[in-house]
Amino acid sequence: MKKYIIKRVFISLITILVLVSVVFALVRLIPGDPFASEKMTPEIKANLERYYGFDKPLIVQYFTYLKNLVTGNLGYSMFYPNLRVNDIIASAFPYSFDLGMRALSMAISFGLILGIVAALNRGKVLDFTCVLIAIIGTSMPDFIIGATLQYFFGIKWGLLPVAQYKGISYTILPSIALGFYTLALVSRVMRANMIETIQQDYIKTAKSKGISKLRVIIKHQIRNAIMPVITILGPIVAALLTGTFVIESIFAIPGMGRHYVQSIQNLDYTIILGMTVFYGSFLVVANMIVDLLYGIVDPRIRVSGE
Amino acid sequence: MTKNNKPLMRVENLCKYFKIKEGQILKAVDDASFDIYKGETVGLVGESGCGKSTTGRCLVKLEQPTSGEVYFEDKEIYKHKYHEEFISQHPEENIPKINPDQAKLDYTKDVQMIFQNPYSSLNPRMTVKDIVGEGIRLHNKKIKNKELEKTIENLLNDVGLSKDHISRFPHEFSGGQRQRIGIARALSVDPKFIVCDEPISALDVSVQAQVINMLKKIQRERDLTYLFIAHDLSVVKYISDKVIVMYLGNIVEKAKSEDLYKNPMHPYTQALLSSIPVANPKIAKSRKRIVLEGELSSPINPKDCCRFSDRCKHVMPICKEVKPPLLAYEEGHEVACHLY
Ligand SMILES: Nc1ncnc2c1ncn2[C@@H]1O[C@H](COP(=O)(O)OP(=O)(O)OP(=O)(O)O)[C@@H](O)[C@H]1O
Ligand SMILES: [Mg+2]
Repeated sequence: MKKYIIKRVFISLITILVLVSVVFALVRLIPGDPFASEKMTPEIKANLERYYGFDKPLIVQYFTYLKNLVTGNLGYSMFYPNLRVNDIIASAFPYSFDLGMRALSMAISFGLILGIVAALNRGKVLDFTCVLIAIIGTSMPDFIIGATLQYFFGIKWGLLPVAQYKGISYTILPSIALGFYTLALVSRVMRANMIETIQQDYIKTAKSKGISKLRVIIKHQIRNAIMPVITILGPIVAALLTGTFVIESIFAIPGMGRHYVQSIQNLDYTIILGMTVFYGSFLVVANMIVDLLYGIVDPRIRVSGE
Repeated sequence: MTKNNKPLMRVENLCKYFKIKEGQILKAVDDASFDIYKGETVGLVGESGCGKSTTGRCLVKLEQPTSGEVYFEDKEIYKHKYHEEFISQHPEENIPKINPDQAKLDYTKDVQMIFQNPYSSLNPRMTVKDIVGEGIRLHNKKIKNKELEKTIENLLNDVGLSKDHISRFPHEFSGGQRQRIGIARALSVDPKFIVCDEPISALDVSVQAQVINMLKKIQRERDLTYLFIAHDLSVVKYISDKVIVMYLGNIVEKAKSEDLYKNPMHPYTQALLSSIPVANPKIAKSRKRIVLEGELSSPINPKDCCRFSDRCKHVMPICKEVKPPLLAYEEGHEVACHLY
């Protein structure tokens, strides 16, 4: 197990390094110049370039960036020269993270419940209802769901705030809008797995022991059916934490999304790079945790990894 | 072998039909009747898909029969069905209800099953301790962990595994070892009757004999009764006192083991027997091999005739018209064929 963890950590570090290098190169390939402006005199421009180290060869810039990165320093914004990228992320990320986690926990818990209920009532009205919800969830884009929720719960019935992020009641609608697709996905995977496991021979073995139906479902069926859901957890976490941009702008939430979009428009190299590296590392780590988690829950993987 | 005149397990007119879709009924088991006495091993043979496992599952209450009765120790095991009808017809008489879950729990204490495929019949996410111990815990809720482990270790020892295996997972074992776990699991509640559903057919030839010998030894030690399912007669020959031959859901022949091997009557039994390889080359030469031609026909919506008629060498016009009843030809030897 230890060896497996070390291997995974090493692979993750390599992944992050590759990510940094590729994004570093790509950002520089975007046509345009972060300091292009009519008011800019050549002297000021030269000064700025010296300040940010642009006068040095690209390869030197690259290694300087890496060196700073190791100490956790992402540099200063180019558009707002007195703002550190670290501070921007520190102020914006908690909103995105909070929203993502709420959506995630809602999507997984309700998705699992829906999938289990559907599978246990296979072919009945309840199953049909759950499948219908899943179809709606996977086929409707999140901004339509967001706008619909805003219209009914916010405007028509006045139950919940329409926008901003200033308390629990504000978080409900954007979390639902963001997590609905994932909820549908989880419920579909769970339903399919449940239906598959019910036909397994070991369920017959369990039943032949004489244990109660509920125990067969919980200890034998759900426990086995839940495994593949854990495997898609990595991509799900990625989708919910990076997919917040659209929802953030619909609900006017001061998260990472706004900065991301602006920084690309402004060609703010350091912010683009900093945020991408931050998100990338975050996802790599999330995926690693999911993999390790999988190893803990599934004894077969644990052994082959050793 | 002790033989009293009351069978331990009595199966009467057992039918299990599956509705495939509208108008299509698969008759997996059709009108099967047989008795099994205490201490006996009864072999149940037939080609793949003829309904052997389905019969076995009906006996351990894993499947509800479409019709027919199964008596264990003179009690109908699906009785709560009739019982409830009876109660509803006599509401004034305050008869206590049977709780079907409790009835099943009590029944599984006495009747257990060893499953066909050791690779798929063990929960991959449970340790040997949980697999074997779950049943024990169920019937002895107050059992201490120490005591439980001791019991499981003894069981593992009985089936030829080591006590160090207790905390391992199924994937860490070979097929033969897994089947031993399956056997330990079935034995864990100290049952009286075990349905062995092709316990060795998924195993290597080299371990088949070991497992069979172990099952025989355990039977002797624990005074068990077996229904032993297999798809060829060579295995059954070695272990069974009586043999039942099934063909597409129907019982075609029933006899004591020696009688069946000496004098197989049904053409299907003859064909099955002739396909057993014989060690002695003289006998092998003198015996002619009967090869079954044609495929097993479909058990879906079968015609009401002899189901073997389209593959039978001795087929007569009547075979295609009338279904032959199972009749006693001599004491304890029954056959369903128009030839006799
Ligand atoms: N749950 C079910 N639904 C529909 N058909 C079934 C079901 N279970 C069994 N059958 C059918 O009933 C027939 C008998 O199946 P069964 O498993 O009893 O055969 P078997 O004699 O044990 O064969 P094998 O030697 O391959 O194990 C088969 O045609 C099978 O397709
Ligand atoms: Mg079978």
